[in-house]
Amino acid sequence: MLTLTLREQPTVPLEADGLTPDRLATCSRGEVEALAVWHGNRRSQVGDFFAVSGSAGEELRVEGDLRRVKFLGAGMTAGRLTVAGDAGMHTGAGMRGGELVVAGAVGDFAGVGMRGGRLVVEGSAGHHLGGHQPGERAGMRGGEILVHGDAGEQVGAGLRRGLIAVAGRVGDAAGLRMLAGTIVALGGFGARPGAAMRRGTIVAMSQVTLLPTFGFACFYRPPFLRVYLRHLRALGLPLTDEQIDGRYARWCGDGLELRRGEILMLESRP
Amino acid sequence: MRLSGAEIVDTFAEAFPMWGARIVVTAETPGWAHEAARSLTGFATSVIGCKCEAGIERELDPDETPDGRPGVSALLFAPDRDGLAKRLVERVGQCVLTCPTTACFNGLEGEETVNVGGQLRFFGDGYQASKVLDGRRYWRVPVMEGEFLVQERFVVAEGVAGGNIIMLGRDGASALRAAEAAAAAMRTVREVILPFPGGIARSGSKVGSRYSGLMASTNDALCPTLRAQVSNTEVPPGVGSVFEIVIDGLTLEAVSDAMARGLEAAARSGASHVTAGNYGGDLGPYHIALKDLVRGAGRA
Repeated sequence: MLTLTLREQPTVPLEADGLTPDRLATCSRGEVEALAVWHGNRRSQVGDFFAVSGSAGEELRVEGDLRRVKFLGAGMTAGRLTVAGDAGMHTGAGMRGGELVVAGAVGDFAGVGMRGGRLVVEGSAGHHLGGHQPGERAGMRGGEILVHGDAGEQVGAGLRRGLIAVAGRVGDAAGLRMLAGTIVALGGFGARPGAAMRRGTIVAMSQVTLLPTFGFACFYRPPFLRVYLRHLRALGLPLTDEQIDGRYARWCGDGLELRRGEILMLESRP
Repeated sequence: MRLSGAEIVDTFAEAFPMWGARIVVTAETPGWAHEAARSLTGFATSVIGCKCEAGIERELDPDETPDGRPGVSALLFAPDRDGLAKRLVERVGQCVLTCPTTACFNGLEGEETVNVGGQLRFFGDGYQASKVLDGRRYWRVPVMEGEFLVQERFVVAEGVAGGNIIMLGRDGASALRAAEAAAAAMRTVREVILPFPGGIARSGSKVGSRYSGLMASTNDALCPTLRAQVSNTEVPPGVGSVFEIVIDGLTLEAVSDAMARGLEAAARSGASHVTAGNYGGDLGPYHIALKDLVRGAGRA
C-alpha cells in the first residue's frame, strides 16, 4: 500500500486531483513525488507537500491535516483510497469506480458529478453533497455515497442516478431539482426537500414539512425500499427492523414539475 | 448389478444441454411465495408440449432473499436462449406479477442475461419507475395492491436436461412407493428440478409415433400392459408398473448427484429394477451411466 503523508497544512488550498489509487498503481515513488498539484495558483509537485512511503498497488492511503486539500480521489476509477482524517472540498468529485473512505468529515461539493464507485464518509459532509457542478443541470449520475454523520444543504441537487444515504440529519433543499436517484436520511431533513424534483425518491425516517406542491397518495410498504435499506444496513448504516419493515406515506411531487418524484415518509408510531 | 435387492440395469441416461434460469420469488408469507412459484412452474413438464420445463428448487429463508422476505427459488429451462426469455416474460408476467405481495428477482450469477423486468415494466403504462442498486436495475410497476418489484435482467446459463431414472416394480403400489422415495431424495439436491407432477412421470415417451405430426408417443417398450404385444419389450417378467423421474439441472454434477440419490432411494424402497432412458447415445452429449452412479456412492 502506498501512503502519502501531508507534512503540514498548506497556507492556501492544495488541489490534488491526480492522487487516485488507479493512477498511482503503476508509479514508482519518484514518479509519485513528481506528480503535479496546484497550490493556489502555483504549480507544484506532490513531493513538495507529501512524504511518500510504501509501494504502489490497488490501495492508497493519505494522512495528515487534509482539510485544505481539495479533489482527493476525484475521478478515481478503481482501487481503494483511504483518507485518515478530514478531507477538503470536492472529495471524490467525478468518481467512476473504486471505494473512497474518509475517516473524518468532508467539505462542500463532495461526490459532485459522481458516476460510479462508493464514497464513504465516516464523519459529516458539507453542502452540495453528490450535487452538480455550478452551471451544470445534472448532478451525480451513479454510484453510492454513505455519510455516517450529518450533511449540509442541497444534498443531491440535480441528482440523476445513484444513492445518497446519510445516517444523520440533512440540511435544507435536499434533492433540489433532482432528476432521479435516491436520497435517504435517517436523521431527518431540513426545509423544502424535493423542491422542483422531477423524478426520484427521497426517504425520510421522521416527519418532514413538505411543500404544498406535493400530494399524498397512500401508506404502503415499498418493495424496493426493503432491498435498498437492507443494502445500506449491510454497509454499516444503523437501520432498524422497524425502518426496513415499516409502512411509508407516499407523497408525489413536485407538482410544479412532472409530479413523478416521491417522498416516502416512515409512518410514525403513536 | 444389484443394489439393495434391486437390479440396476447396465445402461445410461442420455442428457442434453438446455438453457436455464433461476427465479427467486418473495412474498409477505411463505404461503404466497409458494402460490406464485407453483403458478410460475405450472404446465411446464416437458418442452415437447409446454415449451419449457420448470419446477420449484427449494424454499428460501428470509436472510437468503434480496428483500429479506420468505421466498421460493424456481428453475426454468427451455431449448434456446430466446425461448427461455419469452417463457420468463410470460410466466413472471402472468403468474408472479399477478400474485398478491410478491416480488421477483434473478437468482443466478453469470454474464449472459435476458430482459424480463424491462419488458414487464410496460404494464405500468408509463407510471413505472426504475431503481439501480449495486449495478442491478429493478422496475417498480404500480398495481392495484401497491407495487410489483421485478429485476430487469435475469441470468441465463446452459444447463443439463433429460437426466432420468426409471423404476420398475412388481405392482403399481410398490413401484410408486419407490418412485416417491426417489423423488424425495432428489429434492434434497440443489440446482435441480423434477418437472413432472410430484416429480414423477407415469407416461415416459419415445421419440416419434406411427401417427404423422406427433413428436412423441408412449414408451411401449416399458408399458407392462403391452409386454405380450410388442417385440421389443423391456419389461421383465413379474413387473407390473413403471415410473420415470426426469431431472433438469444447472450442472451435470447436480443432475448426476440427484440421479445417484434417487437410484439408491428407489432401490431401498422396493423397486425391482432401476433403469434409465436414452436414445442410443446419438441425441445428447451427456451420458450418465447408472453403474457409475452406484460405484460413485461406494457400492460397486
